[in-house]
Amino acid sequence: MRTRARSYTSAALIALPLAAMLALTGCAGGQDSSAEDGDSAKVTLVVHDSFVDGDEFSQLASAATGYDVEVLTAGDGGQLANKLVLTKGAPIADAFFGVDNTLASRLIENDVALPVPASLLKGDGLLLATELDAESAESGSVPLVPVDRGATCVNIDTAWFAEKGIAEPETLDDLADPAYKDLTVLLDPTASSTGASFMIATIAAFGEDGFVDYWKRLEANGARTVQGWTEAYNTEFTGVSETGTRPIVVSYSTSPAFTVNDVESASNTRALLDTCSQQVEYAGVLKGSENPDGARAVVEYLLSEEFQSGIADNMYMYPVDEDVELPASWAKFAPLPESGQTHDLPAAEIQAGLDGWLRTLGDAVGL
Amino acid sequence: MRARSRRPLGPLAWGFAAAIPVLFVGVFFLWPVIALVATGLTSGGQLDLGGIPEVLGLERSWRVLQNTLVQASLATVVAILLGVPAAYVLYRLEFRGRAVLRALLTVPFVLPAVVVGVAFTALFGPGGALYWLGLDRSLVVVVLALAFFNVTVVARTVGGYWAQLDSRQGQAARTLGAGPVRVFCTVTLPALGPALASAGALVFLFCATSFGVVLILGGREFANIETEVYRLTVQFLDLRSAAVLSLVQFAIVALALIVSALLRSRNERAQEVRVEVRAPRRTDAPVLAVFGVTVLLLHVLPIGALVWRSLQGPRGVGISFANYRALFDPPERSPLHGSVVDAALLSFGIACVATLIAVTLGMLVSLIVSRRPRSAALRRGIAVYDAAIMLPLGISAVTLGFGLLLTMHKPLGIGFDLRTSVVLIPIAQALVALPLVVRTLTPVLRSIDPRTREAAMMLGASPLRVLRTIDFALLGRSAGLALGFAFAVSLGEFGATAFLVRPDAQTLPVAIAALVGSPDPASYGMALAASVVLGAIAAGIMVVAERWRVDSGVGGSW
Repeated sequence: MRTRARSYTSAALIALPLAAMLALTGCAGGQDSSAEDGDSAKVTLVVHDSFVDGDEFSQLASAATGYDVEVLTAGDGGQLANKLVLTKGAPIADAFFGVDNTLASRLIENDVALPVPASLLKGDGLLLATELDAESAESGSVPLVPVDRGATCVNIDTAWFAEKGIAEPETLDDLADPAYKDLTVLLDPTASSTGASFMIATIAAFGEDGFVDYWKRLEANGARTVQGWTEAYNTEFTGVSETGTRPIVVSYSTSPAFTVNDVESASNTRALLDTCSQQVEYAGVLKGSENPDGARAVVEYLLSEEFQSGIADNMYMYPVDEDVELPASWAKFAPLPESGQTHDLPAAEIQAGLDGWLRTLGDAVGL
Repeated sequence: MRARSRRPLGPLAWGFAAAIPVLFVGVFFLWPVIALVATGLTSGGQLDLGGIPEVLGLERSWRVLQNTLVQASLATVVAILLGVPAAYVLYRLEFRGRAVLRALLTVPFVLPAVVVGVAFTALFGPGGALYWLGLDRSLVVVVLALAFFNVTVVARTVGGYWAQLDSRQGQAARTLGAGPVRVFCTVTLPALGPALASAGALVFLFCATSFGVVLILGGREFANIETEVYRLTVQFLDLRSAAVLSLVQFAIVALALIVSALLRSRNERAQEVRVEVRAPRRTDAPVLAVFGVTVLLLHVLPIGALVWRSLQGPRGVGISFANYRALFDPPERSPLHGSVVDAALLSFGIACVATLIAVTLGMLVSLIVSRRPRSAALRRGIAVYDAAIMLPLGISAVTLGFGLLLTMHKPLGIGFDLRTSVVLIPIAQALVALPLVVRTLTPVLRSIDPRTREAAMMLGASPLRVLRTIDFALLGRSAGLALGFAFAVSLGEFGATAFLVRPDAQTLPVAIAALVGSPDPASYGMALAASVVLGAIAAGIMVVAERWRVDSGVGGSW
């Protein structure tokens, strides 16, 4: 027994360092070039966790820009934005992608991004950039470049409403209607960025003075607030889960495209397009980048048709380039709400007010 | 050569051995954490302590502190009440499948918190099998989930000690007519006291710094300091308030460590090992019943709910292996980079490196903290050293992750941006695993009677030879378990990894989180399947690690 154990141990003591060496060399394989600092042919792009396949992106972007493009991930959108602010002056990459409109002002305020020529943008992209920072846009440069967009919308299980013979709700006000008592799942905006986005919709709709009252009405009408989108959508919502008990949930305008039947002829859920708040994701060149030219080229690639046409399938967002064709099921089941239809606030206003709103709401409804 | 090695192992050699782990923890843990806290407590280059009274003056801060203490205390009590019967069954009774059962109880330790959250919600939430209990979103569920992670800690710590307990005293009491309950209360329990207290302190520490489970199941109502630091940092970038709360947490952790160290020093006396295990008897029935209910309620049901859900087809209809097939062959719209198998392989490689670092450093630390020098000052020094190495257990992952960002830009004069290097991942995981490795190895070394070493020296053995034939021989026996723990912990580590900047590659827990967060409901099923796989791999590793250990009585206690 004893000798056997000892030989196991020694086997492990030999095998482990070997495995470790193999693993290290394996991991280091893709990292070789990072050792050569200041290499003008190299560009790094830091992204959030929901970015497209990084390897494939590196290949395509390298081919398109002529630079050696590497991808880093830095957590969710909120973590990414904070990391960029914290490392201001000694950036972790040359360019970034994935900070959305709730946090865009934090980057502008902290002067993290290097402005790029507004001429890179056209159509809706230019429009969104101007909305974010009109002054810069007029002077011919923009600090942040809109790459894709989406919308946070209330979703309903249409099959459930059909079965119960209850009329489907349409507006934010409907959710507070006693006809829909105990049917709604909300997201805690202090814990979930999707939840925060929905809160912004309620502020845009009911005003800074009225939104707390609206949330109180929702609460009085039996709305349940959970911590994360996953729990809300995948376990509480009747639209996707057998165990779910509530047919109304805060989610995305694209969600119905994922609940289509096998032949993609119908979806059992629907996004209420009058309850949405727009989400825009931005990219930019980081101040202090060792390769600003390369960084700009990568940002430009993010706007290229090649990249834009893959956004819907890979990131579940709508490309900012309106000429790019959307997947068939999206066109049918997941239309983007019209820009006048959504409940939005300017990014600067969000930045100024967000902390206060979250705290006020938290205290008022005891999230 | 021979004559030279006969000289006593010099203080220089010990100093060198002690310096390596200190350097590691200092550079990769203390420096980043202090840097971040300092950033929060300075403004414009000036020390600004105004945040301390301000944050401590908030009613919310006190509520969060109270939540932390209440949850951790309750969970510690529950874990001990359920862990002691488990320790008895798993370490005093001999039956088939014991090693497997021990290994299975370790699985919760490596499951991603988000998955545990889903499992408990699936059980206690609307539509769940235990919804009728009305415990959904209550303190009870938070406490149960914390206990879910920690019953095994108690079972291991107390069990490892119990197995070594000389049972003759108890037998004597029995012959004198005392009933089993009386023997337990008057003889066994006092003898187990130090182990119980030590386990309790450790569990308290784990629970007081728990992040994922409290965030998901507790929400805002039951937020603890750890989740509050996370929200202040990630949501508000309010480093000032976060720094103050980090200091509060640090104080709690330090206190728990001091208590734990005090209790442990009484615990780990040198003793003769007497392993006495036997087959279960009829008188064991009540204990077996408690253990059975514990395993069923706390482990089988949540994990069963998880496995069951992972086997369900789209929209929760029917049984299918589609989720498992997707792990190998990712669907077209997969949010992952590559397949889940790729992520698992990467995790495996990183875990190898992290294990190597953690076990190497852990062995050095254990060798040092297991010494009992005659000088009282040196003994105190060793106690402080021991506590310092345990500190990484108690700091929030977000504080560490953001701190590393501030400090690892070409650190210590190396011309290399460590912040964005893959090397930082195994380093961070090794930090998390190190305290567990030390807690696994140290009791083994402490159980060596110093007289054994002295006798060997007297007979002419060189200090190195003593180390090799006595210390390392014993270490070898529990090295398997330490390796297993380090490996399993690093494989399942999520917090620290998630807060680092990573080259484009996903470890298994990070991939699971990405799947869970993807709007495609099919990804959710894949996440559940991937979690089951992660749990299965971890259980497999622990089964091997348990087998590895020759002497079930020695070591393996935290």
